[in-house]
Amino acid sequence: MHLAELNIAHLRAPIDSQELAEFVALLEPINTIADEAPGFVWRLKESESDPTATVIHDYGDHLLINFSVWESLDTLWDYTYRSAHLGVLRRRREWFLRMAEPYMVMWWIPEGHIPSLAEGMARLERLKAEGPSPEAFTFKDSYPSSEAASLPAAAEATK
Amino acid sequence: MSSDDLDALALLHDPVRRSLYAAVASRGGDVGRGEAAEAAGVSRTLAGHHLDKLVEAGLLESGFRQQEKKGPGSGRPAKVYRRARGERSVSLPPRDYAALASVLAEVVDALGAEERAERAAREAGARLAKGHAGEPVEQVLRERGYEPYEEGGALRLRNCPFHVLAEEQPLLVCSMNLALCQGLLEGLGDEPGRARLDPRPGECCVSLSKTNED
Repeated sequence: MHLAELNIAHLRAPIDSQELAEFVALLEPINTIADEAPGFVWRLKESESDPTATVIHDYGDHLLINFSVWESLDTLWDYTYRSAHLGVLRRRREWFLRMAEPYMVMWWIPEGHIPSLAEGMARLERLKAEGPSPEAFTFKDSYPSSEAASLPAAAEATK
Repeated sequence: MSSDDLDALALLHDPVRRSLYAAVASRGGDVGRGEAAEAAGVSRTLAGHHLDKLVEAGLLESGFRQQEKKGPGSGRPAKVYRRARGERSVSLPPRDYAALASVLAEVVDALGAEERAERAAREAGARLAKGHAGEPVEQVLRERGYEPYEEGGALRLRNCPFHVLAEEQPLLVCSMNLALCQGLLEGLGDEPGRARLDPRPGECCVSLSKTNED
């Protein structure tokens, strides 16, 4: 199975503002590192030609959305925390507001399946409402793919 | 601490096993039996025997490396060893500082007190330096378990001494680790800017540039 991951960030200022300019400049190099990282499968892109285009969505202009699929927890962890991406994360307070609620969620998906953004947002809501479970979890409370495979929802999706 | 930990570490009392363990750990990757035997100065047979004991105890892991020459006559895949991912610690009497540190890290995170934690880490690094005046930073880091090695003119750190915590709270712990290394450099009268974030899978998140020219 593959791992889907969604994270949202609350922008301090509009994405095209001067305050976010440095962050926008980092999008291309960091996305390139993601795309070339071991275990990377897919990520939601707004544009194939403009690497700085962020995902446009209906959940509020202040929310920046990252949505991707990985081969395993380890490969996603290594990209997130053991690549140049870590340095960008360290600077997150310069660009994003601190969030009191969970802002990232992961869940297992059948290989070859591309989840919808609506599903990702629903998983995040589920994590907020019910806490971590095999259907919606975080690095800190992760579940192996074997537990997700026995879930009715996953069985439905693989039919 | 479990009796398994104690048993595993007791295996390292044997000097041959200890030097084989060190030979494998210091390479940071897969090491063949011959290579480990040579580094430890023992025969291949003896090395194989002890390496397998270390695997049994969970201190090393073994695997197989395909021979470069493929096809008939290329021989069996070579058995290789690497350091096991888990960590062992023994404390007498039993203490569990890691659990407490994990709780405290969670509190820092909940309070959004990362900057304060980084400042404290930098001060801790400077205090640490006081006991090592005049020593090169590489030596101090080695004593602290960072396992420094040179690569491309930079000093990389093979081991993260805060590994368990860094897995739970990577942003906080890696930032504190960087600040600690910078404080240490500063305290040693060295240039703190030499330490920077340079993460790579399986290693410490910090590396030290040779000089501070960049």
